[in-house]
Parts: sequence; structure tokens; C-alpha cells
Amino acid sequence: MDHFPTNWGRPRNDAFDAYNTYPFHVRPDNGPRDAFADNVQRTQQPIVTGTSVLALKYKDGIMMAADCLASYGSLARFKDIQRLHEVGKFTVIGASGDMSDYQYLQTTLDELLISEEITAADGHSLGPVEIHEYLSRLMYGRRSRLNPLWNSILVGGVKDGKSFLAYVDLLGTTYSSSTLATGYGAYIAQPLLRKAVEGREMDIDENEARKIMTDCLRVLFYRDARSLNKYQIATVTDSGVAISPSMELGTQWGFAEGIRGYGAQTQ
Amino acid sequence: MPGTPSIQRPTQHQFNPYSDNGGTILAIAGADFSIIAGDTRQSEGYNIQTRYAPKVFRLTDRAVLAVNGFAADGNMFVKKVKQRLEWYRHAHAKDMPLRAIARLIQTMLYAQRFFPYYVYNILGGIEEDGSGAVYSFDPVGSYERETCRAAGAAQSLVQPFLDNQVYFKNQVPPPGRAHPTHLPLRDVLDIVIDAFTSATERHIEVGDGLEMYIVLAKGRTLQGVEAAQEISARTDGERVFVLRRDLKKD
Repeated sequence: MDHFPTNWGRPRNDAFDAYNTYPFHVRPDNGPRDAFADNVQRTQQPIVTGTSVLALKYKDGIMMAADCLASYGSLARFKDIQRLHEVGKFTVIGASGDMSDYQYLQTTLDELLISEEITAADGHSLGPVEIHEYLSRLMYGRRSRLNPLWNSILVGGVKDGKSFLAYVDLLGTTYSSSTLATGYGAYIAQPLLRKAVEGREMDIDENEARKIMTDCLRVLFYRDARSLNKYQIATVTDSGVAISPSMELGTQWGFAEGIRGYGAQTQ
Repeated sequence: MPGTPSIQRPTQHQFNPYSDNGGTILAIAGADFSIIAGDTRQSEGYNIQTRYAPKVFRLTDRAVLAVNGFAADGNMFVKKVKQRLEWYRHAHAKDMPLRAIARLIQTMLYAQRFFPYYVYNILGGIEEDGSGAVYSFDPVGSYERETCRAAGAAQSLVQPFLDNQVYFKNQVPPPGRAHPTHLPLRDVLDIVIDAFTSATERHIEVGDGLEMYIVLAKGRTLQGVEAAQEISARTDGERVFVLRRDLKKD
């Protein structure tokens, strides 16, 4: 019951507030209120995070790679996490950033696929272009409500003979390119990828693409303190999506023996 | 400070919904044409995100829109403008006139006055009287019709150059003659290309590729710029062409 008569609308007779002198802005608002509104938590910073995702276009389609680590700050917390995810028959996504937001996205996309492909069953299926458009609208919508999903996501796939590779992040920023890298990889791996791939996408076979990828992952493992030497590689080609089991990176630390510090320390 | 509470809140890291994706756009109007151009680099900080992300979009056969600033807002804004123009087409069985598109853009921008699209818009095309026109906007919708305008990362490099080359500022005409009131298409194209190659030299956020949209008034031809690719829906009215050039990638 609203006990403020001014909120009841125009009175039946003009005995009360005949000239609407009660200013609108001071009328008390007694509408229904969410008692918990002040306590709703929004993602203000990522907590459990994944580091770089790399992707490139090659002759047969696209290749994407990510390591298996989910960090809790500087703690290597979960060391067998899948950061590459198959969406439908033509698409793979890879996420860096907050892993719980990423798991929410996986659920959302799986539900989308159920309603759009299985329930509809109209013979139409979602390709990488549609998945990327959906994700970018979702991410931009969330950032516009100042409640972002704290991720940078790569979307890649092949459908109807066309390969597609694009990026979307927590701001809703999107772009497309023949090589992509998120997070630290944008600084360290992207220059290497561009040098190896740009302009010769159609000359690179799967073996060479794998070599380029593992080389980049190795450099990242050497230089990115939030990375791991366990990784997965996904390929999307005309014959579908294939996500590898987790593999170990071969690393070489023999040179460390000879290092005697930097700068003044020479001994 | 007197009157301020003595209890200080801890400083919180606040989510910033905006970013700056660099790049530069530019438009120049001629007597019966107009040119709208933009580079294709999209960057964030020192990172080049991609070498090809278009900033210039054909709206109708007589209107082209260039957007610069925060790329996510820009793409969303262009998407919404295109949708409004499609609705107009379905309602009235014709394309919206340029000056009406300009007013539409102003209302769409001002509608977001308290959570603005972080985007500088330049609209170019052909007015209903057949003259070339350029409209420039600020992020919240202030706009005016002009002859030429540059916006974006290298605005401060390009606009003075345009003032000098298009408006003939600080130039003295030869004795007994006046400055031309309108420049020919070929000259304007050269000015645009020079503006972007120069901006590429001196600004790190400009480069990779250049897209120039040429809008021609009804009945006028390209006259010597035949390399341009036509993208107009009809060829019996105003026509739109694209011309692409490489810019330095470093």
C-alpha cells in the first residue's frame, strides 16, 4: 500500500492539491524496489584468468592454439583447462581473460545452438560469421550496461568453403585479420605470426602452420609468466573441427647454464 | 577542503567502457561531387589490431558515412543508421536525402547524450540540388555543413593542410585573379592522397590502406579516374565509386 496520496494520481475532487503544486521531483517514489540492488556484484576485474590465444589462417582453413593454464593472479591454479571450444560443426572459439565468464559464454552458446539448430531443425546451421556476430553483440551489450564479460575471444571457422577469423573483446571491439593473438600474445606472438603468414596464407600447409604455432607458443612460454608448456591446437577445415588433446611443448633451457646475470654482474 | 567528508573511499579500479582505435577520416566536397576517405588501420595503444578495418561506409547512392573514434561504437552506430535508412526506404519507396540523413544522425547521436557514442562522424554526398556536400559531427550531435573536414588521430595534421589547399588560407592569388571557388575531382583526389601519405609519415596510428569513396552528382562522369570501382545500386542517378591505395605499413 502506497501511503502517499500524491502518488495516487489526480484526486477525484479538487480538495487536495488542486493546482498540482506538489512538484513532481519531490514526490516520494514508493514503487517496488530490489532490496539487493546495491549488493549485485559485477565483474570489475578478472579473477581466474587464461592468457594468450593465437590463431592463423592457412591453406586448409584456420588454426587456433592456447595453453591449458588458468591462473589465479600469479598462482598457476588450474593446469588442465580447455580454453578452445567447439561451437556447432564449423566453428571454434578460444578465450583469454576471466575463465568463469568464459564458461558462462560456453553455456550461452550451447543453448543458442540447441534453440537455433536442434529445436528449429530447419536445415540452417550457424557458421563462424554468425557466432562471431552473436558474440560481438552480446559483449557490446554487456559493456553498454557496464557489466562486461571480461574476455578477449577469437572466433575461427570454415563454412561453405570460406574461412573466417575474427576477434571480439570485453568492449565489443571487433576485427578480422589473417593472424590474431590476444593478451600478451598480441605483443610477442603477433609480430612473429605476421612475419610468417601475412601474404602467404594460401601457401601454408598444416605441418608448417603447426610449426609456426608451436614456435610462437614456445616463445610465449619463455617470456609470459602466466603461461604453461601444455597446450592444445584446434583446426577447422572443410572436414570439420578438430581439437587436439593437450600436448607438451619441447623447451630448451641449456643456455641458462651459461648465464651469469646481467649488467654489472659478470662472474 | 572544507565541507568534504574526512573519510576517504579506497580508490577503485573502474571499468572504462571506451577505447580509442586511432585512424583518420576526411571528406571534401566539390561542385558536383564529393570524396570521403579514411585509412584502414585499426589500433589500440601501440598495437595494430588489423590492417584492414573499413571506416567509410556507403549508406545510399548519394550518401557515404565515415566514422572514427571508438570502433565498437562506430560499427554499432553505422549499423543503426543503415537500419533507419532501410526503414525509410520501405516507408517512402525512395532513399533519404542527404540533409535528412544529416539531421537523423544528429538526433541519433544526441539521443545518447549521457552515454555517448565515442565517434566522430563525417557524412559526404550529393545534396538534392546536385551540389557536393560534407556534414561533420561531434560525438553528441553538433553538426554543420562544410566544404572539407578531417577528423580522428591525425586531424591536427590534416586539417591545416586542407585549410591551405582547399580554402586557400594564407595564400595570395596571382594579381588580377581570384582563387577558384571549386576544385576539380582530380585535384581533390591528389589532395586526399597527399594528406594521407603525409599523415602516415608523421602519425603512428595512421597507415596500412586508404579507401576513398567518390560520390558523383547525377549525369557527371569520373573523367580520368576510371580505376575506381563502382558500388552504386543504380547507374542512372547519383553514383558511388571506391578507390583503394596502399599506405605505409610501419
